[in-house]
Amino acid sequence: MTTDTWIFLGLAVIAIASAVSMLLSRNAIYSALFLVLNFVAVAVLYLLLHAAFIALVQVTVYAGAIMVLFLFVIMLLGAERVGAERTLKWQQPAAVILGVFLLVEMVYVFFVGVESEPAPAAILGRMFGSPPAVGMLLFSDYLLPFEVTSVLLLAAMVGAIVLTREERGEKAAP
Amino acid sequence: MNVPNDYLLALSAVLFALGIVGVLVRRNAIVVFMSIELMLNAANLALISFARESQDLIGQVFVFFIIAVAAAEVAVGLALIVAIFKTKHSIDIDQVSGLRG
Repeated sequence: MTTDTWIFLGLAVIAIASAVSMLLSRNAIYSALFLVLNFVAVAVLYLLLHAAFIALVQVTVYAGAIMVLFLFVIMLLGAERVGAERTLKWQQPAAVILGVFLLVEMVYVFFVGVESEPAPAAILGRMFGSPPAVGMLLFSDYLLPFEVTSVLLLAAMVGAIVLTREERGEKAAP
Repeated sequence: MNVPNDYLLALSAVLFALGIVGVLVRRNAIVVFMSIELMLNAANLALISFARESQDLIGQVFVFFIIAVAAAEVAVGLALIVAIFKTKHSIDIDQVSGLRG
């Protein structure tokens, strides 16, 4: 096994372990922090896969902005824990079985359907995935989708404000 | 990093399946939402590995747009959760079974 494989295995173990811990944590704040760890591990993986720009976007937008929003809402609502009672007893084992089934199916499709050879790392130029390269593509071929994304973010912002504002004439909750 | 694409796709599949299980098992709406983010992240990983394999930057541009859409989705989704909490005083998804507020 090469050094690259060991690095990949380490990152994969961190990512999977943090995802499992996220699912098992009773406290939602711990779940959020484990998810941050998962995002950072995947960001390092992106960095090693010639996707430096996406790695930095992942850290700033996902691990930074989105997870801060999550933590803010968890603490705002005081909703770290939800009661342990469960209405459907069979739901949990059924979910795990279906999840394992889906995993087996996906791995089967990936390994049988995709003919992949060892990655041609030497052929990829140093600039592949760098911020200038991605930026040039974003502002030339993908200019219209880029602008539409800004409209989408504006719409999301307006939607979030409208959904959470106080109703007119309603007193603010103490 | 000179790792076969299969490994990356397998990791992506595992993360996606964990996200699915999270959505189905957990009842805290915020944790369900975080599991959805985990699935988006797994899809991004698959796209990045395909972009490397086919030596085409379009995959990375696509991931950029997915991240932007995820940010918008999180803003609206968390606002919805806050609005539900205001009326139900709970974010247990089993409690949110009616259409009326």
